[in-house]
Amino acid sequence: MNDTGSLGDDVQLLTLDVNGTSCEVITSPRRTLVDVLRHNLRLTGTHVGCEHGICGACTVLVDGLPVRACLMFAAQAEGKQLTTVESLADPGTGELNDLQRAFTEHHGLQCGFCTPGFLMLAQGFLTERPEATKEEIREVVAANLCRCTGYQTIVEAIDACATARRAQRAAGTEETSCN
Amino acid sequence: MRSAKDDRLVGRAVARREDPRLLTGHGRFVDDVELPGMLHAQFVRSTVAHAALAEVDLTQVRQVPGVVAAFTAMDLDLGDITAQLGRPLTEFVPTAMPVLARDRVRYVGEPIAIVVAIDAYAAEDGLEAAKVTYETLAPVTCEDQALAPGAPLVHEEATHNTLVDVSLFATEGIDEIFDNAPCVVRVEARTGRQNALPLETRGAVAHWDGREEQLVLHTCTQVPHQVRTVASRCLRLDERAVRVIVPDMGGGFGLKCVVGREEIATAAAALRLRRPVKWIEDRKDALSASFLAREQHYTARAAFDVDGRILGLDADVVCDMGAYSCYPFTAGIEPLMASAEMSGVYKVPAYRVRGRAITTNKAPTAPYRGVSRPQYVMVVERLMERAARALGLDPVEIRRRNIITEFPYTGVNNITYDPGSYLESLNLCEQALKEAGWYGRQAAARAEGRHIGIGYSCFSERTGYGSTAFAARKMEVVPGFDLAEARMDTSGAVTVTSGTISHGQSHETTMAQIVADALHVDIAKVKLHQGDTDRITYGWGTFASRSITVGGSAVRLAAAKLGDKLRAIAAAEWGIPPEETELDRGRVRRRDDPDAVLTHEHLAETAYLKSHLLPKDIDPGLTATAAFDVFNDGTFSNATHGVVVELHEGTGQVEILAYVCVEDCGVAINPQVVEGQCRGGIAQGIAGALFEQVTYDGQGEPSATSFMDYKVPTAHEIPEVTIHHLETPCAFTETGAKGAGEGGTIGAPAAVLNAVNDALRATRVELDNTPITPETVHRALTSPALEQTP
Amino acid sequence: MKPAPFRYHRARDVEDTTALLAELGDDAKVIAGGQSLVAMMNFRLARPAHLVDIGCLRELDHLGVGAEGELRIGALTTHHTVEISPPHKLGAGFDIIRDAMAWIGHVPIRTRGTVGGSMAHGDSTAEWCLLAVLLDAEFVAQSLRGQRRIRAREFFFGYYTTALDADEILVEIVFPRPAPHAALTEFAERRGDFAIVSAAVDLDSDGRAVHGGRVALGGVAAMPVRVQEAEAVLAAGGTFRDCAKAAAAAVDPPGDANGSTQYRKHLIRTLVERACEEAMSR
Repeated sequence: MNDTGSLGDDVQLLTLDVNGTSCEVITSPRRTLVDVLRHNLRLTGTHVGCEHGICGACTVLVDGLPVRACLMFAAQAEGKQLTTVESLADPGTGELNDLQRAFTEHHGLQCGFCTPGFLMLAQGFLTERPEATKEEIREVVAANLCRCTGYQTIVEAIDACATARRAQRAAGTEETSCN
Repeated sequence: MRSAKDDRLVGRAVARREDPRLLTGHGRFVDDVELPGMLHAQFVRSTVAHAALAEVDLTQVRQVPGVVAAFTAMDLDLGDITAQLGRPLTEFVPTAMPVLARDRVRYVGEPIAIVVAIDAYAAEDGLEAAKVTYETLAPVTCEDQALAPGAPLVHEEATHNTLVDVSLFATEGIDEIFDNAPCVVRVEARTGRQNALPLETRGAVAHWDGREEQLVLHTCTQVPHQVRTVASRCLRLDERAVRVIVPDMGGGFGLKCVVGREEIATAAAALRLRRPVKWIEDRKDALSASFLAREQHYTARAAFDVDGRILGLDADVVCDMGAYSCYPFTAGIEPLMASAEMSGVYKVPAYRVRGRAITTNKAPTAPYRGVSRPQYVMVVERLMERAARALGLDPVEIRRRNIITEFPYTGVNNITYDPGSYLESLNLCEQALKEAGWYGRQAAARAEGRHIGIGYSCFSERTGYGSTAFAARKMEVVPGFDLAEARMDTSGAVTVTSGTISHGQSHETTMAQIVADALHVDIAKVKLHQGDTDRITYGWGTFASRSITVGGSAVRLAAAKLGDKLRAIAAAEWGIPPEETELDRGRVRRRDDPDAVLTHEHLAETAYLKSHLLPKDIDPGLTATAAFDVFNDGTFSNATHGVVVELHEGTGQVEILAYVCVEDCGVAINPQVVEGQCRGGIAQGIAGALFEQVTYDGQGEPSATSFMDYKVPTAHEIPEVTIHHLETPCAFTETGAKGAGEGGTIGAPAAVLNAVNDALRATRVELDNTPITPETVHRALTSPALEQTP
Repeated sequence: MKPAPFRYHRARDVEDTTALLAELGDDAKVIAGGQSLVAMMNFRLARPAHLVDIGCLRELDHLGVGAEGELRIGALTTHHTVEISPPHKLGAGFDIIRDAMAWIGHVPIRTRGTVGGSMAHGDSTAEWCLLAVLLDAEFVAQSLRGQRRIRAREFFFGYYTTALDADEILVEIVFPRPAPHAALTEFAERRGDFAIVSAAVDLDSDGRAVHGGRVALGGVAAMPVRVQEAEAVLAAGGTFRDCAKAAAAAVDPPGDANGSTQYRKHLIRTLVERACEEAMSR
């Protein structure tokens, strides 16, 4: 029995900035970011789907941009701002943000396993390209796999959210919520 | 008023109850279950397709840092998993599937040993230290090899490598019908081996609860009670001593409706170690070593008269089921479905079929959304198109002449079809494509030398199989009924249980809609419990589009019974007969005095806290249970799919330009959910038609171990789908609903294939095998091939 | 699909990196964006004993036009940075490079994957490798032994093999001259997949007539290749179709599950012609 609680290979202390909170993790360097988020930090909203960067279930934001958390070691994420699906809803009330609401209104999820990845993909993308057309959105949605929806309602949800955000900006309001 | 029809929730796109937790990352999937002291398991898997196991040496494995234990089949000494059909040995050969391979491996990826370590990383380190000595045997990797005289045998007991061989119907005089028919068309089709591919792979977390004297097994399964039965038998525990809990599940599509070996081995390891053990299948294993489906070979012919009326259908179906029969369905699942239902929506007067399941050295198969229907619908629809060409008829018109229009209709397959909208859906689908201008555009494109094709598929889909229908398949374990319990607490909140288990189908919403209507309560007061063998007395789970038809009916009956009890208690308080009361918005009301009401909370207080007030004939408490089963042939949903494709000469790419689905699943409990099922199903059908396939080389090595090789289509490949609804309510489900889970997948391959062939019309090449790759299309577009004659 | 153990070293700067590589030898592997490497490590197809993380080397994340009009790209520049870079940074005549980014995987791959990482990985279907061969880019490699410059034609050796030594890192890639009439196109069954065949052309043209050019193909050999036979057709004033035909005739792509030799040759004809037309439409 080697069940001594040893972590096997050399262990390091990492400081990760996750959803605006600084977290310290002691881990071996071979642990991927998604495993550290899920199992060390217990942020289980980010899912593991393929561990080779194709399905996108593990998509999170690193410095605001969507990345595959399975293709990054946690050690590489030190000094970067990490954002996961747990950050989207209002932390006080739990109220869904406009993107999340658009997903539910358009039935953009069924089993919900791929959903956090799509949400973070869309969140990162729309921040960078608020003026994205529906065709551009479709191209970006093609980055992740969903086995339930056939994608159409995911595209429609993101497009509706982007449209509502643009309308709101045009109306000169500060708030970024869509109905 | 709640009783007014427009006040009902059934039929409305009620917002999903599941969404808030899934959208915020607070769903709980099996990999999210974390228990103190939990260990992580992975499996040593066979690297060869067929071999005797000479030695499995785990000595080095146990030395690997972080590894806690490693077990072979000998170490764990578990019972086998054996699926049975009640058919003679000439028709079905049962084969045992050991939880871990004992003395023989039969496919690449077969589990040989379980390695348990402090984390998944160390477990994988452990796998690399295993020493397995194989005495390799010649692998059987395709139908031709399997059926060749003197072929190596995958299972000694299955001579000719055949697990199922049934010949059915054989209408008298069918040979003469074919001999004398003015038109006979043939189709030989092979369909690719697919993976149902839920985004969440399989997985389990098991631990021994000493206080409850119970093994608790969290696992993502569509059949929790079946897993409990198998676990209890393999581990030699009473069923009571096994509790299967299904958390949120990331899709299943059939792959999770059979009992897997790994979840049983994980449970065994937890039992042995008295520590929680988690196993999460990685994608490489999910692609190569879990359950696959759909590799079938059809040799079919159909006879027609000069007017295009079908005279007979004669088919031979061979399904390559891989190395083992799945539990509980057996290797019969695909050939029996195809054989029983192939005549489909057409008035076929004569029918003969031989259906076989063969065994090969490939990963075993499980039911996958649609089970054989995507394949045989494709074959029948190809026969229709081919006959139309041969007879110079319009392909829609030939369908019109043959489609069932009078119901109930008892087919040549002895199945009685309940009313549907077969012809209406076909007409509406054609009309939709015409009105959208596709026929005009096709003609214009053809004039320019472009290849645009239009294709249809018509089908019906048996849903709501009851025990009668499953028993007709001669299953030894006969699914069918479902149980529901509804109970109300003193706050007036309703808990309802169902033996079905949602994994994307939105049961928490749709079942709650049904209950809210039946009880006249606010939907927010209703909570569904599913997927826990301790909370749910018994259930058959979710497969075969049975959840809303059978499960939803049981839930409605239970809720109605609970409503009756509420009325009885109120009636007793008022001293009037229950018939003079009615349910109304969370209350019971006197019919003769609309202002006299008693709230659910008040009645529940009587039932629980002041039971001395109850009359003697009313038991304390507010619970009701109900069972539902279907005692006829089930209810048939139907649809027509219409597809427009363009084939690109430069690359051979098939581009889907338009997709129309006209579907009828009876009463849609939640139309948005139904549309979601259609679109998702269609995406999977397109995937099978154009993209996905696992092939095996001559050594039995699978081609697809990553998403680079297994080409799941993305938003770029899957088109928008226009859906039209028709509604022919089912007469014998409690809600009028028919199943809606599989139709999309069933209709898509045939429609896509027909559209591709329509686009290829000028080349005289016809393609009948799937998936149709760009290279196949390219070859068709560039060669003046005449190898297939219409 | 968990990687084998390794020791992690976070390099502070280029000097530190080269010192680490010199010390650790063949057992070390440089990780930049890791979009290919981590996937291979998760499959345990790659199992370096040491991983040298150069993610902190900000000095290698740059992009700009040099004095001679050449485009200089730091090895750590991500595909995404190139994709969104404004014209004044990327330079006139380098649209082919910006547009080619859309073919690399998907957005979440491009946000992490780097130019240097892609070049050093040396995949024969990689867009960056094809661009480098087409435009004969120059690679600047550094080690403790010093800096050296390698031309693209001498950089790619074979399947996933480059001229980089184990103790060297790529610091910069220089695309020597603008290519105003150039384009890259490719085909795969699914958007975002590795190309079955990719084609890139760089035409010498005054905007009306073409009097020469370069043609390069990916997915037809162990590394991207220039096709002299097709270039000769362009130089002789032949049509794009003839140029594409010549390209298909000149190579002998090995067939595999993603496409036979015959099919790849057909794709070459389609894609070379398509690339020529796109290049001229600029």
